[in-house]
Amino acid sequence: MKRRSYDIVIIGSGAGGGTVAQELSSLCRDGVRIAVLEKGPKLRDDEFTGREVEMAKALYEDGGGVLTAEQTMTLAFGSAYGGSTVVYTGTSLLPPERVLQRWNVPGLTFADVEQRARKYMAENNVHLLDESLLNENNRLFVEGCRRLHYRVQQFPVNLKGCRGSSLCNLGCPNQAKQGTNRVQLPRAERNGVEVVTRCDVLRIEDKKVFARVSERPKDGKGEPSAWEPGEHQIDAKLVVVCAGAVNSPALLLRSGFGRSLPRLGHGFTCHPAFIMVAEHDRPITNFVGHPKSFYLDQFAESDHFLLETCMYFPFITAKAMAGFGAEHSRMMHAFPRLQMILVLACDEVDDHNRVALDGDGRPVVHYRFTPEVIHGLVRGAITAAKISFAAGAVRAHVPVSHSPTVERADAVRLDRIAENPEFKPGKLSISAAHLQGGCAMGTGPQNSVTGPYGRVHGVPWLYVADSSLFPNSLEINPYLAIMALADRVAETIRKDIGALL
Amino acid sequence: MRSAPANEPSPSELAPVRAVFRAVVVTVVPDAKQLDEPNWLALEQLVEDALEIRPPALRRQLRLFLRAIEWLPVVRYGRTFSGLRDEQRGRVLRYLQDHRLERIRCGFWGLRTLAFLGYYGRPEGAHAIGYVLDARGWEAER
Repeated sequence: MKRRSYDIVIIGSGAGGGTVAQELSSLCRDGVRIAVLEKGPKLRDDEFTGREVEMAKALYEDGGGVLTAEQTMTLAFGSAYGGSTVVYTGTSLLPPERVLQRWNVPGLTFADVEQRARKYMAENNVHLLDESLLNENNRLFVEGCRRLHYRVQQFPVNLKGCRGSSLCNLGCPNQAKQGTNRVQLPRAERNGVEVVTRCDVLRIEDKKVFARVSERPKDGKGEPSAWEPGEHQIDAKLVVVCAGAVNSPALLLRSGFGRSLPRLGHGFTCHPAFIMVAEHDRPITNFVGHPKSFYLDQFAESDHFLLETCMYFPFITAKAMAGFGAEHSRMMHAFPRLQMILVLACDEVDDHNRVALDGDGRPVVHYRFTPEVIHGLVRGAITAAKISFAAGAVRAHVPVSHSPTVERADAVRLDRIAENPEFKPGKLSISAAHLQGGCAMGTGPQNSVTGPYGRVHGVPWLYVADSSLFPNSLEINPYLAIMALADRVAETIRKDIGALL
Repeated sequence: MRSAPANEPSPSELAPVRAVFRAVVVTVVPDAKQLDEPNWLALEQLVEDALEIRPPALRRQLRLFLRAIEWLPVVRYGRTFSGLRDEQRGRVLRYLQDHRLERIRCGFWGLRTLAFLGYYGRPEGAHAIGYVLDARGWEAER
């Protein structure tokens, strides 16, 4: 085992880790040694091909196919230099004030979070896309919402030079999306932070980090790691865990912190989601243009769902639709005429839903669909179908129905489906992004894992700075909120650096 | 302590169950009937690659599930799944899809996902439904 020594080790390089790396990088000028350990690879620009299966394998944990313990939902999260910021659509929303108030974390105010988030909005070029760059898939959503008098809103996105490849979820082939891989990490590296890819952290013990560096696979993508393959022990005076809502609690559990932190792994939330697909009688621009430009959140509190425009690729679309055989194939052949709307349920902390470990120490996510989540998905699917009909669709595919295809002439059937939906876990294809919780902020070990500034209770040299800090669902796309919280953690570390090192 | 990645996979996960796997694929995606042998091999390679990173127990379950699908219809139809007509195969798979046991439904969902992965994950499968991959986006469209 090789031994190395750093002052600060940051585990993970996504919205949390990338932000912390940048915000602490000024310390390098004073001789502070900082390393970021990232499990995934760093791809060269020319390796972003947009090919569905190839890119999913290269950029997502388990190729995007992580299943919950119940096997009724897949979890999608990135594993690459830049974490999930490489594979999201760049949507950048300010956290809702009502949610932060409900979290009730001492010292965490909306004003503080907003101010920090706005800093990253400026840094990462967050803006509203010009109307000329909006495709018909997005315009139809707006049209349908307006006809139904819904309050549709445009997503601010962090793009620079978007060419409209629509391949955001497979890593932008034009380097337009301003994730931490494009902004914060390169800046941190210029300031002296070392980023080590293909470095999987196995456990943490008393200021020691144990990691395994893997070789670049023969037919795989990405650069080799800066470190030689094999086992490494890294001595660190300070460790900041930013491995995301699945891997951060799992790493701390594997390291034995669960004994003194009974809430570790608990409080996992996400946005269980599926796609509502609708067919128009003419081709529309759908797989060209930014895929996710609008959303509807007016039902988040009353009916527990959000709707967002989306456009997925052939395999994911096929998987997301219910059923199989001739009817399913017919809808797939209508691909250039398809409008897609993502239906996301807003969940709440539930005792069952948590991150645990299997016998080999791998993360296992236990997740069950609460009645509120089921209600949200059903109401969301029905609302999405109504929006698509209002926009002129000729038929809609409503996955929560015994017979999912609903013709426009038979649109009244939607209300009957709402009254008597078919929601069979294991039959429906449900996938979740926006994974949150597991190392929640709070006031003490009885209700949380860290303090209000991300320091792990009872462990002064260990911090968490990612979406696992969320005490409950954020209810919206979380990236700006993660960056704002990571900024807050980094500021605390900077202020206390004399005592911490 | 976490163990090393999954054990070495067998040379081919699908080889022992190829006939029933192909019969499932053409039932799930009827267009697959048109595939020639090189395209079948490409489809199966995508599936094999996906299975390679799954735990050995899950790969065993898949083979077991496929064997069960092959023999289950003998009770009702007096033939294995591969020997059934299209509509009979569809009926068997719908029975699994809607099964009262969540575990069975999940098993079928996994198998159906692999069929879609193999068929639509190939560039030819995506192209056949009118999907065009072009990183130039608007420039290529206009």
